[in-house]
Amino acid sequence: MYKYDNYDQQMVDERVLQFRDQTRRFLAGELPEDEFLPLRLQNGLYVQRFAPMLRIAIPYGMVSSRQMRKLAYIARRYDKGYVHFTTRQNLQLNWPRLEEVPEILEELASVQMHAIQTSGNCIRNTTTDQFAGVAYDEIIDPRPWCEIIRQWSTFHPEFAYLPRKFKIAVCGSEQDRAATQVHDIGIHAFLNENNDVRFKILAGGGLGRTPMVGSIIKPSLEPEHLLSYLDAVLRVYNRYGRRDNKYKARIKILIKALTPAVFSKKVEQEWSYLKETEAKLTQQEIDRVQSFFSEPDYPELTNINLTDLALSSESDFQWWLRRNVHPHKKPGFSAVTLTLKATADAPGDASAEQLEAISDLADEFSFGELRVSHEQNLIFADVPQRRLHELWLNLKPLNLATPNQGLLTDMICCPGGDFCALANARSIPLAENIQRRFDDIDFLHDIGELDLNISGCMNACGHHHVGHIGILGVDRKGEEYYQVQVGGASGHDASLGKILGPSFKMDEIPDVIDKILKTYIELRTPEERFIDTCRRVGIQPFKERVYAKAA
Amino acid sequence: MPKLLKDQQISNDDFQVLLQAPEEPILPEGHVLLHISSIDHAIKANGRHNGQVGIWFDSADEPETVANTLHQFEVIAINFPKFIDGRGYSLARLLRERLDYPGDIRAIGDILVDQIYYLRRCGFSSFRLREDQNPDHALAALQTFSADYQATADKLSPVYRLRHQL
Ligand code: HEM
Ligand code: SF4
Repeated sequence: MYKYDNYDQQMVDERVLQFRDQTRRFLAGELPEDEFLPLRLQNGLYVQRFAPMLRIAIPYGMVSSRQMRKLAYIARRYDKGYVHFTTRQNLQLNWPRLEEVPEILEELASVQMHAIQTSGNCIRNTTTDQFAGVAYDEIIDPRPWCEIIRQWSTFHPEFAYLPRKFKIAVCGSEQDRAATQVHDIGIHAFLNENNDVRFKILAGGGLGRTPMVGSIIKPSLEPEHLLSYLDAVLRVYNRYGRRDNKYKARIKILIKALTPAVFSKKVEQEWSYLKETEAKLTQQEIDRVQSFFSEPDYPELTNINLTDLALSSESDFQWWLRRNVHPHKKPGFSAVTLTLKATADAPGDASAEQLEAISDLADEFSFGELRVSHEQNLIFADVPQRRLHELWLNLKPLNLATPNQGLLTDMICCPGGDFCALANARSIPLAENIQRRFDDIDFLHDIGELDLNISGCMNACGHHHVGHIGILGVDRKGEEYYQVQVGGASGHDASLGKILGPSFKMDEIPDVIDKILKTYIELRTPEERFIDTCRRVGIQPFKERVYAKAA
Repeated sequence: MPKLLKDQQISNDDFQVLLQAPEEPILPEGHVLLHISSIDHAIKANGRHNGQVGIWFDSADEPETVANTLHQFEVIAINFPKFIDGRGYSLARLLRERLDYPGDIRAIGDILVDQIYYLRRCGFSSFRLREDQNPDHALAALQTFSADYQATADKLSPVYRLRHQL
């Protein structure tokens, strides 16, 4: 994991001082609300429905047990004893006191954490694959590049007042687990024919009001030019992105208006002035950052036959092995997902007690490190396979062994109307209704891989456009309703879901999902995942079934 | 008169910013800044006027289009119509780094003391403070951070070079 040196530490410490002074001036009436706003947002601080909300960065999803214990402490000392993991490898506190935020930031800085640029119209926390560095299908470890981007984007003086927020995601595997195609910039690391590292750059993806899949603007970029190229993209966006209309201000709108080809040409021109300047990365610095992500001291192990292990064990453990245990590049190791999706807990929530217990387990089973995924789950990346059962036994009493990773009940879900001032509808109770209705684990496993994504409004924090089934809260004459889409996906084959038809009330949704699933079961060929069937048959059969008049 | 932060000092900004092209050939007494759309006028007046003549850009203006003439002016101002409009930051870097403009680049308009640190890093060398902004805070803001991650127009070495003592 990356470790701060004196420079990094000094900068986060100075940031705390800066924000302490800004907060003091705001509270003293010296800094007006509308001028404090962008400053507090760049420190992750929202003002929400009931209280402020503080968003803390977990850069590219990596967190140590020591940091996690600090987060637990903060949750207890400054909040109501729980935290919320988001779809952007961030963590949110829902009840901090504005006056105490500088103190929280100071606590964070003491464990090399911060809330810098987790909100606001600036470059946000860069995200990546939760299995980075251990994935069996990895080509390039994206983490050093994420850290290089983290440093470059932190306090970037030119890009703190962009037309709109800006999100970058990096992926270096065959499968895209970071939803790179729906980010402002998606970076795919690959090896060219000479085995040299190169980046493919996509731009203009995003969700929200105008969802779009990104376009390739640079098929192959040399690593030393990564930052100068990003500078060029951001500069073109900063200068020419729309500022007259908040809803048209994202880079995707600019790229669409210009066409990706013209946009890319403008960037090339800008870049030609920047590429041989100081912005060019030095090999020494690349090496330095890469050295923090070298492999841990893996003992020599051999693979265990997990199928045999499963057969000889209790059925809960079998399900868990099948769903929550993932292939690892090292023999004898697995990665393990703890889904924060136990029925009746808000998706993505974890209590301080859970975080502390998880930290202890991380020390014991996984080199003291954890990951956060954009599905709002936690990951132990390096668990010896022979200790999987022991880990599972430890997780069960913590309510952290729900064997549903990637299944219907492992939904992505925004906080919706229960916390968010922008919501049209609640989403947490809806998630719970669905979890209660589909609690038959055999059935869930039979359905298999299925992304259910729920957003409480069209801002799409819950990624509903790219859910295999997406649910969007809408407002119909002051009442909460839910629109249903199918066919979205967020991987390398990203696609946006299509709306089935008129929206439903909350209590109708479980039935609607049931009909969709039954349609799938009838139409699927053996081995066909839900999304494959959707793509083959289109939305019509689902639509007919869902809206059929009762016979 | 508005306060000016320049060379780590506070003084009065005695430049007048002319919003519209003045009727030729009369310029008001003293130092003036003319909008880029009056650049021909400004060039002619430069040296003949009884004060300094500079030009100013608005956030959507494009300094590249007048690159060849900029060196004739000792002061170029960039206006921030709204403090959240970040285009001026890019313009300043263009002036400093691409067009090699060596003179004074002044931030005018709606800027907050909290922005001065980033403005300076992008190449601004003077700051016309809004009436309500505290000059002491402005001075202090120049010291917000003691190290920087990026290579930008202020030519201080970014951390990734300092680490390796290049
Ligand atoms: C409770 C406070 C929250 C507020 C006020 C909030 C606000 C917003 C807003 C205004 C947008 C609109 C973006 C746009 O128009 O492009 C947005 C998008 C988004 N938010 Fe949130 N959000 C909150 C919580 C969350 C949570 C809990 C998550 C994760 C579970 C999240 C993740 C996202 C994501 C992924 C987007 C996607 C936008 C895109 O890619 O274009 N947000 N949020
Ligand atoms: S999708 Fe809407 S309701 Fe949900 S968190 Fe985002 S802004 Fe709030």
